[in-house]
Amino acid sequence: MSVRRLDPNQPASFAFTAENVEWAKQQIAKYPEGKQASAVIPLLWRAQEQHDGWLPEPAIRYVADMLGMEYIRAIEVATFYTMFNLSPVGEHYVQLCGTTPCWLRGADELKEVCRKHIGPEGTVSADGKFSWLEVECLGACVNAPMVQINADFFEDLDAASFERVLADLRSGKEVKPGPQNERHASEPAGGLTSLTNVGQETGTGGGN
Amino acid sequence: MPKLTVDGIEVEVENGATVLQACEEAGAEIPRFCYHERLSIAGNCRMCLVEVEKSPKPIASCAMPVAEGMVVRTKTEQVKRAREGVMEFLLINHPLDCPICDQGGECDLQDQSMAYGVDGSRFHENKRAVEEKYMGPLVKTVMTRCIHCTRCIRFSTEVAGVPELGAIGRGEDMEITTYLEHALTSELSANVVDLCPVGALTFRPFAYTARPWELRKTESIDVMDAVGSNIRVDARGPEVMRILPRNNDDVNEEWISDKTRFVWDGLKTQRLDTPYVRENGRLRAASWDEAFAAIAARLKGVDGSRVAAIAGDLACAESMKALKDLYTALGSPNIDCRQDGAKLDASNRGAYLFNTTIAGIEEADAILLIGTDPRKEAAIVNARILKRSRMGGLKVGVVGPRHDLTYDYDYLGAGPQSLKDLGSFGDVLKNAANPMIVVGQGALARADGAAVLAAALSLAKSVGAIREGWNGFNVLHTAASRVAGLDLGLVPGEGGRDVAGILDGASKGEIEIVHLLGADEIDMSRLGSAFVIYQGTHGDAGAHRADVILPGAAYTEKNALWVNTEGRVQAGNRAVFPPGAAREDWAILRALSAVLGKTLPYNDLAAIRTAIEAEAPHFALLDILVPAADMPDLKAGELDAAPFETPVKDFYLTNPIARASAVMAECSAGRAAATRIRAAE
Amino acid sequence: MLEDKDRIFTNLYGLQDWRLQAARGRGDWDGTADIIAKGRDWILDEMKKSGLRGRGGAGFPTGLKWSFMPKESDGRPHYLVVNADESEPGTCKDRDILRHDPQKLIEGCLIASFAMGAHACYIYVRGEFIREREQLQAAVDEAYEAGLIGKNAAGSGWDFDLYVHHGAGAYICGEETALLESLEGKKGMPRLKPPFPANVGLYGAPTTVNNVESIAVAPTILRRGATWFAGLGRPNNTGTKLFCISGHVNRQCNVEEEMGIPLRELIEKHAGGVRGGWDNLLAVIPGGASVPLLPKSVCDDVLMDFDSLKNVQSGLGTAAVIVMDKSTDVIKAIARLSAFYKHESCGQCTPCREGTGWMWRVMERLVAGDAEVQEIDMLLDVTKRVEGHTICALGDAAAWPVQGLIRHFRGTIEERIASKRGIAQAAAE
Repeated sequence: MSVRRLDPNQPASFAFTAENVEWAKQQIAKYPEGKQASAVIPLLWRAQEQHDGWLPEPAIRYVADMLGMEYIRAIEVATFYTMFNLSPVGEHYVQLCGTTPCWLRGADELKEVCRKHIGPEGTVSADGKFSWLEVECLGACVNAPMVQINADFFEDLDAASFERVLADLRSGKEVKPGPQNERHASEPAGGLTSLTNVGQETGTGGGN
Repeated sequence: MPKLTVDGIEVEVENGATVLQACEEAGAEIPRFCYHERLSIAGNCRMCLVEVEKSPKPIASCAMPVAEGMVVRTKTEQVKRAREGVMEFLLINHPLDCPICDQGGECDLQDQSMAYGVDGSRFHENKRAVEEKYMGPLVKTVMTRCIHCTRCIRFSTEVAGVPELGAIGRGEDMEITTYLEHALTSELSANVVDLCPVGALTFRPFAYTARPWELRKTESIDVMDAVGSNIRVDARGPEVMRILPRNNDDVNEEWISDKTRFVWDGLKTQRLDTPYVRENGRLRAASWDEAFAAIAARLKGVDGSRVAAIAGDLACAESMKALKDLYTALGSPNIDCRQDGAKLDASNRGAYLFNTTIAGIEEADAILLIGTDPRKEAAIVNARILKRSRMGGLKVGVVGPRHDLTYDYDYLGAGPQSLKDLGSFGDVLKNAANPMIVVGQGALARADGAAVLAAALSLAKSVGAIREGWNGFNVLHTAASRVAGLDLGLVPGEGGRDVAGILDGASKGEIEIVHLLGADEIDMSRLGSAFVIYQGTHGDAGAHRADVILPGAAYTEKNALWVNTEGRVQAGNRAVFPPGAAREDWAILRALSAVLGKTLPYNDLAAIRTAIEAEAPHFALLDILVPAADMPDLKAGELDAAPFETPVKDFYLTNPIARASAVMAECSAGRAAATRIRAAE
Repeated sequence: MLEDKDRIFTNLYGLQDWRLQAARGRGDWDGTADIIAKGRDWILDEMKKSGLRGRGGAGFPTGLKWSFMPKESDGRPHYLVVNADESEPGTCKDRDILRHDPQKLIEGCLIASFAMGAHACYIYVRGEFIREREQLQAAVDEAYEAGLIGKNAAGSGWDFDLYVHHGAGAYICGEETALLESLEGKKGMPRLKPPFPANVGLYGAPTTVNNVESIAVAPTILRRGATWFAGLGRPNNTGTKLFCISGHVNRQCNVEEEMGIPLRELIEKHAGGVRGGWDNLLAVIPGGASVPLLPKSVCDDVLMDFDSLKNVQSGLGTAAVIVMDKSTDVIKAIARLSAFYKHESCGQCTPCREGTGWMWRVMERLVAGDAEVQEIDMLLDVTKRVEGHTICALGDAAAWPVQGLIRHFRGTIEERIASKRGIAQAAAE
């Protein structure tokens, strides 16, 4: 964690789209009456999604107003949780796991790839397509090293496969999230060591 | 009542008490930074760790409830090491700027470091630096010094009721701030400075002006409102350097309003430090003899009925007693202490007191506020209502102006008509165990004020707010002088005129001479051609209109009695002498009486106080409340339809001292321009 | 080795369909109403008898935890909150449950909620698991549509609502009271205990917070019987467990195995062994980043369960096995964890807020050898002043990896310092 500040360049205002207003109402309804502040993280997150992947200051006030929260309480939340980007990010926002399990498997190489193909950490590439940040453990450790690009995990990477993913994204090609080797999900590569005697139906939703 | 032992000493404490409280009971001193009796428990500083038998880890005593048979140890090696550890952690990133820190000499971190820390440092990394945060004209920040105890955050949320402070970020980069660094907006904001255990929050107006150990400390009473907050006036030489709260659980607990605290620079500017007389339309400095002679000359031959006296909001009991005695001796029945025209009845003490008492608010379960904005009129009282509200189970209703009072309330209507039908809130009051009715000056300082007062009192009776053991009828005053004035009968005598009548008379030429004892809030343009004697401290409205000026002593410059809105008599003490030729007010009147040949029968403070006590015996009972004897009905009258207005339009500028204060002016301007945009430092 | 017939998570790898129909084919939701019909006491008793210990890291007996909830409501609602804020470095087991076997979790939520008198349950999914959350939500929607949850859930007569909630990047929210704070819309700062959540939890109401795996195994335990579960593993360390094996192994994987499996067997059977062979092993962190590492000598025969690992001054934690071979800069590996804890400290209490940063900075200097030898003991002392002095366990978690490093690799640190100073070189000459 380093000091997190709001971006100096802020839009004049923020409002949810009509669709998001509806969605927000449904979120708020998940919580008991009077406890609508519970929805602050989901709503800030939706605001960030609506606003090209970063959370502008007017959105913090907008969400606070919607939930009847004090502004200071909302900005506490926005600055505490590190997935809220307080400055613009690239169209493809790469979060690179640098924690020990990924580091043991070559996260440093992936960082080099980022520096080479995107630029310095925390800056948006000139074409606006990418920015990257080293983050803490993303919870896909048996598929290390890995990165998260926007909503998707890209796992079992090495420099070459990661470069390929970035290149495909840059050129607008479809990329397949999940393991970038032959693995399906968290099973050991090269053949199962367990669950060999259960149904062999092929998954349709696994692995993401 | 659980029993436990602390360091081998057996103590019995209340159910629900904490281990820390039990330790204090047993005489074991427990260091702390985040813990504060009047705030919620945070348990974050970890300084109060103690050893509890059967617990493998030391426990935070501030947060741990006691249990029967607990064995607590506070002097073990484990406890010592824990404290040393916490001290070390607090200090590794704390700057070494004590020599230039305004907290120096009264710093908890310094003190506890001496007591519980170790010498030397093992920290060889760079210390953290934190950007300053703007918090307005009153609170200066040096956030690098912050130890993240969160007392300020808890205060702003829980006591001030304006949740505007928070901690952004996390971990070692957590920072205390307001939203986008806007100026604090609470009337109680600067209490966070008292609460700050280090020099992160200090008084901006006091910055670099004095060290605490060079100040002479005088216990006194505040006069910025009718609460009678207990204060300590710190002075150096002839100058008041700062004002701090004193603890009084019954009145202000340990809080004071920002006006109470920062008005002190107003004591040094625009002061009347010599008598003046008007000659050829211009005021010129004069001697006391010249001033008195001018008055005597003008009074000569004038009938008492053509003379009047008005006591202002900051007048002490002694000066009002002397004023009344002098003008009574001169044959004038035209005397009043209600410069706002509030229709208060001096003959019915229970009908002008805050009978429930401030501490009593905590017993109430329903409060009806009539024509009052307690947040602006008596911020300390408002904080007490908030405190009660936060305990749960309190219903508040408001008739009058709609304001952000910091707690939830039902809005029942704007004017007196709403009193006739309170809707379901009427049942709330009826069903309440301890209902309170609070009538503000905004409801009384109007033509139908007496009728409103009568209606409110009758409402109180009808909902059972007045009974054996509970008096829920309350008048909330705004003037520090008011209750003493009423107690001493500073209201028109037989056939006399009240303030409105005096002004009427003056504008018509029926009143020829008006003596203003610090009365600056009346419409001076209505004094017509009257000869105006202004006795007071500041070159404010009254002095500008005056024909003779008699320079008096401010509240910090005299030993004087004050009676707060509850009827509580409290003694203020002189911290410094009045400037120049200015004198204590009762003494001025005593001297004038001699010149006028009506010598008042008291020569010293003791004598005038004896005279006061003879008239109103409760003045002898300092800090003891004498409940109103009975609560007779008041004469009902016609209620007007006009909405109530609050008498306090600008919290920061309610009296001549506040209006002379540059700090108050800045606060007022800042509030007027209050925006959520960062103010430039 | 555990046989497939005793495995609970039969779609761990997502090789089969995760949807409801397929899940039912795997046995989920089989006789749920019958289980509920047996009543709360039976469920609590059975859970206690199974010996299941919480799978989120602390290993507190699950049945006992459930029994702490008030038997009758005092007017306040009861809540079950599922901790799916899986963030412990090395751990990625709950992720597989969320995306591949969500119905096990949903069914578990119903049964556990019933057993604790809760009509509402929130699943708090870490913010980064966006796809997993979408999949879980789809599974919840399916369960609602099928009448398995909602009014008269699964025909049990129990009304039950299940909500998916998410975080936004804060490891500390895996701490149960921080999670509750976060769920209430605040910063994830752990609460002081007492009061415990079973008395004052979510929105001030009685609440139990359980790990995903703990809840997801409950239906199978209750279907197959406590005796079956308790018959696996070792006394006080019963049942099966999801292990995550990462780092320097030939085939990283998640696998469900029997509690108490030897570490070496776990790695060699399922993860293809240590890269370069067992003898190339340097150390293993056996239970996620928070537990002290073990040198190879201990790894040779240690068993993977709570008590065995405690006996070697480490812990089972989340059963996330992080393997380091001899090429590893072990100081750097631990320093990276110190960076993690500094990053994730919530900042609330003094020892953690200040101590995690201090420990990390010293660790960084140790990586470079830029330190005095005495600073090793000083660092150890700092860890001891953090450990046990904080509001929550993050302080301990930050201290233990460093303590483990110094315990087992002091020599390596000293060598690093010496070589930095050229002393080693001088001595060689």
